[in-house]
Amino acid sequence: MNIQPAVLQKSQQPKPQADQRRRLGIGGWIAEIIKYTVLILLSVTFVMPFYWMFSSALKNDAQVYVAPPIWFPSPAFWNNFPDAWNSQPFTQYMFNTLFLYAIPYTLGVVLSSAIVAYGFSRIQWKWRDTLFYLCLATMMVPFQVQMVPLFMIFKQLGWINSFLPLIVPAFCGSPYYIFMLRQFFRTIPAELSDAARIDGASEFDILFRIMLPLSRPALTVVALLSFIGAWNDYLGPLIYVHDQSKFVLALGVENLQRTFSFNSTIANAYPYLMAVSTLVVLPILIIFFFGQRVFIEGISMTGLKE
Amino acid sequence: MNLPFLKTRSQRDTLLGLLFVSPWLIGFLLWTLYPLIASLYYSFTRYDLLRPAVWIGFGNYIELFTEDATFMKVIGNTLYYVLLSAPLGIISAFLMAALLNTKIAARPFFRAIFFFPAIVPTIVVAMVWQFLLNTQFGLINALMQGLGLPVIPFLSSPDLAKPSLIMIYMWAQGNAIVIFLATLQDVPRSLYEAAELDGANALHKFWHITIPMCTPVILFNLIMGFIDGFQSFTLPWLITGGGPSKSTELYGLYLYRNAFEYLRMGKAAALAWMLFIVIVIFTFILFRTSARWVYYGNEK
Repeated sequence: MNIQPAVLQKSQQPKPQADQRRRLGIGGWIAEIIKYTVLILLSVTFVMPFYWMFSSALKNDAQVYVAPPIWFPSPAFWNNFPDAWNSQPFTQYMFNTLFLYAIPYTLGVVLSSAIVAYGFSRIQWKWRDTLFYLCLATMMVPFQVQMVPLFMIFKQLGWINSFLPLIVPAFCGSPYYIFMLRQFFRTIPAELSDAARIDGASEFDILFRIMLPLSRPALTVVALLSFIGAWNDYLGPLIYVHDQSKFVLALGVENLQRTFSFNSTIANAYPYLMAVSTLVVLPILIIFFFGQRVFIEGISMTGLKE
Repeated sequence: MNLPFLKTRSQRDTLLGLLFVSPWLIGFLLWTLYPLIASLYYSFTRYDLLRPAVWIGFGNYIELFTEDATFMKVIGNTLYYVLLSAPLGIISAFLMAALLNTKIAARPFFRAIFFFPAIVPTIVVAMVWQFLLNTQFGLINALMQGLGLPVIPFLSSPDLAKPSLIMIYMWAQGNAIVIFLATLQDVPRSLYEAAELDGANALHKFWHITIPMCTPVILFNLIMGFIDGFQSFTLPWLITGGGPSKSTELYGLYLYRNAFEYLRMGKAAALAWMLFIVIVIFTFILFRTSARWVYYGNEK
């Protein structure tokens, strides 16, 4: 199915481009050159910091504190990666980030947002739209207003120093993802659920047997975005998680930096920080590489298209 | 479902609807509405988590406006940061999206590159930019010295720290770029073709078609930008920590400090409620003025 249009596009593409070229005068060529120069310069500003992070991770102190800067460290100290990783219990931090936070959080957000979005889109009921707008309006409430009382509630419950304050609310859905899934559910023809209803299917059957299998792309977007949100989160763990044994990666990196700034005689501060940073970004880069399309389409979807 | 006490179908559907949205509804009551009301109450108390809260009326508010010199500085910093970062972030993201929307080779590749910084953990963004902007051995100053330019204390000068933060913020606006690009691709070709027949040049088309057609999305991004800007915490906290000499002490930082460093929960709650009111007013003003500059021509 996909091959034919691609072949067609390829055979047709040179033609309009040739037309385009013929029409381009000198002014047109200058415009093209400026356009690509700007594109490439911008790309450099976006990529260079990551390249610098990676290449600095391979240096020793002598290669860091030198002018002019070294672009291709030689010799390259690949051992910085395991050494930096093991200079603090980063394996533990990664385990905490994944299994204590990101995975349960993602499960909670996806499951509950899907159920709520179903109630806001596929069932006709009295206060539905009013409550949906209320749900959207809560996105305006700054986190800081909830911060103090929430901390007190979780303290009362004895949840401080655990991930429960971050995970339990995730099972109540998140307005942003409820909105995304609702938008998606509305594009699925009503006939499908009506037919199932006539066959005696309950609303839960319809949600789990019909809607969710059809919504895999939207669910993937929500899962990826919420997973990355938890993986990257710093403020949540900063407020609630205090024991170093429960740190997430973000707190671990900050802790490593603090260690270096307390004791400036430790060797390889910057290479180690950059090595750990590289390793923390790596899973995000891999997810992005394979899920790029899903991401871009999902984020485009949130651009308030009714 | 067969519940005898629910006579009509619409009653049953209302119950079902409520059942499905109940996770959100419970969450709303527990994690949003109650904290909202509770923090209004706490804002009128002195409370340090250890002893019970003591009612002090408007004490926290009066203290903030009359005795607290830092607070005034924080307001100035925050307005500076928000009023610049939100519009600049939108303008740069919009221009980059417009560039990506022209006829270019390898658009998905460039789009991916422009977007990626937006999903990088803030802790990593902070580590990398602190390193890049360092005055002694940062890459950017090294390159500038190589060109014979003076060293710029991006993060260590009170005058430059805020602009530097705004620059880093703009660097990670990939979400807005992607949203704008999708909007630009939806602008009907026919509008441009009609304008071309009337002899419009590229600039005319951009100003009179592209921008008006995107104003609803610009409004949405502007509102989100202001809301995020007023609350921003992680990026400034990790990059400058409020310094040098409190020049980047933004509202979110000062609020966090009052709550968890000084354990002044009542004062933090007062700060939070004022923030909430300011955000509501800002959003309201943007919506009210939007009738004048937002084009809703295509909506049914």
